[in-house]
Amino acid sequence: MAKIIAGVGTSHTPAIGAAIDLGKTGEPYWVPLFKGYEPAKAWMAETRPDVVIMVYNDHVNAFDFKIIPTFAIGCAEEFPIADEGWGARPVPIVKGYPEFASHLVQSLVLDEFDITIVNQMEVDHGLTSPMSLLFGTPEAWPVRVIPLAVNVIQYPAPTGNRCYNLGKAIKTAVESWDEDLNVVIFGTGGMSHQIQGPRAGLVNKDFDIAFLDGLSKDPEALAKIPPLTYLRDAGNEAIELVMWLIMRGALGDKVDEIYRFHHVPASSTAVGCIILETDEYHRQKTGKAAA
Amino acid sequence: MTAKEAYEDIPGTWVFDAQRARKGFHLNQFLYSLMKAENRRRFLADERTYLDEWPMSEAQKVAVMKRDWNTLLDLGGVSYALAKLAFTDEHSYQYMAAEMCGLTQDEYAAMMMQGGRKLDGWRSKKERGEA
Repeated sequence: MAKIIAGVGTSHTPAIGAAIDLGKTGEPYWVPLFKGYEPAKAWMAETRPDVVIMVYNDHVNAFDFKIIPTFAIGCAEEFPIADEGWGARPVPIVKGYPEFASHLVQSLVLDEFDITIVNQMEVDHGLTSPMSLLFGTPEAWPVRVIPLAVNVIQYPAPTGNRCYNLGKAIKTAVESWDEDLNVVIFGTGGMSHQIQGPRAGLVNKDFDIAFLDGLSKDPEALAKIPPLTYLRDAGNEAIELVMWLIMRGALGDKVDEIYRFHHVPASSTAVGCIILETDEYHRQKTGKAAA
Repeated sequence: MTAKEAYEDIPGTWVFDAQRARKGFHLNQFLYSLMKAENRRRFLADERTYLDEWPMSEAQKVAVMKRDWNTLLDLGGVSYALAKLAFTDEHSYQYMAAEMCGLTQDEYAAMMMQGGRKLDGWRSKKERGEA
């Protein structure tokens, strides 16, 4: 049986990918950020999942407003890297898992989540920045990736509650696949940030820390945060954080927080990272009995 | 307050809702076209001619030529698409964000290094006495 063993919440700021590609990670501006991600990267190298479900959003690269799917799952064999206007990032092509992805879609639709199927798609920094942060700069990505794109660009994005419940349905869908696979699910974007208008540059560290706390201890409360609260209190683009609730919903009731990190700034963004293991996986790994 | 009134009350922000997206569809399609190097070249060679190929409003075309970012947001442009215009000019995203705030790029970068813009005073137009 396939199992979700852990979740990663992380920002996906394009400047992070650019800093890696341009060899700037040793510059004083970037050192604290990349240092903060080192334990996360080490955890990933040790965990070696078979499949990543990457919850992210496209930034007017694959979806140009002709069609705006609220939830879309990539079912292709592979996903080329988008040229976002400054040339495609020099990172490996992303290998998908069409059979497993199609199974997820089938299970989710029958579970009343109306997923859009995408059989051909380029992926942008929303997906590739997190890959670089957690997997480094290999010749080929060591994992197959199922992209799950969420509309958070045109208001309204799906609510936090809807996202949280989609996560729960993803857990069910994964566990109904026969193959023994360890799956790590990512929720990306955020944290607090606004990148448009005279209010650009807004950061709300208290909001971010409370959000990280909630992921660990009280996700039900986070799922009740209305869209307006994200926009008003944490910045117009902080609505991306609803994608972290898909990740959290897929982990089950009890999780063990393995790592967290918060840093300001990366360009216009407050950057956050959290690693949560499912309690079952964590006990198995550490040999602890259930509390 | 309705949901729309509530987000219209956020200062210095144009929430990209369905009505704004509808108004900005062709503007954003034009901006999307700048992802191709050949289109960037043609646009920069003669902006007006290139813009006239798109069924955009005159106000949108003028705002593009003036790089009037906040007006473009108001007329339905979405920040990620506007960024493609900034990249066409070989500017960074941060340059565009700074211009939207009326800051120099250095001032904007310094604000971010100090932890970013604080919410105090930026939470509500009503609280600021703007509405």
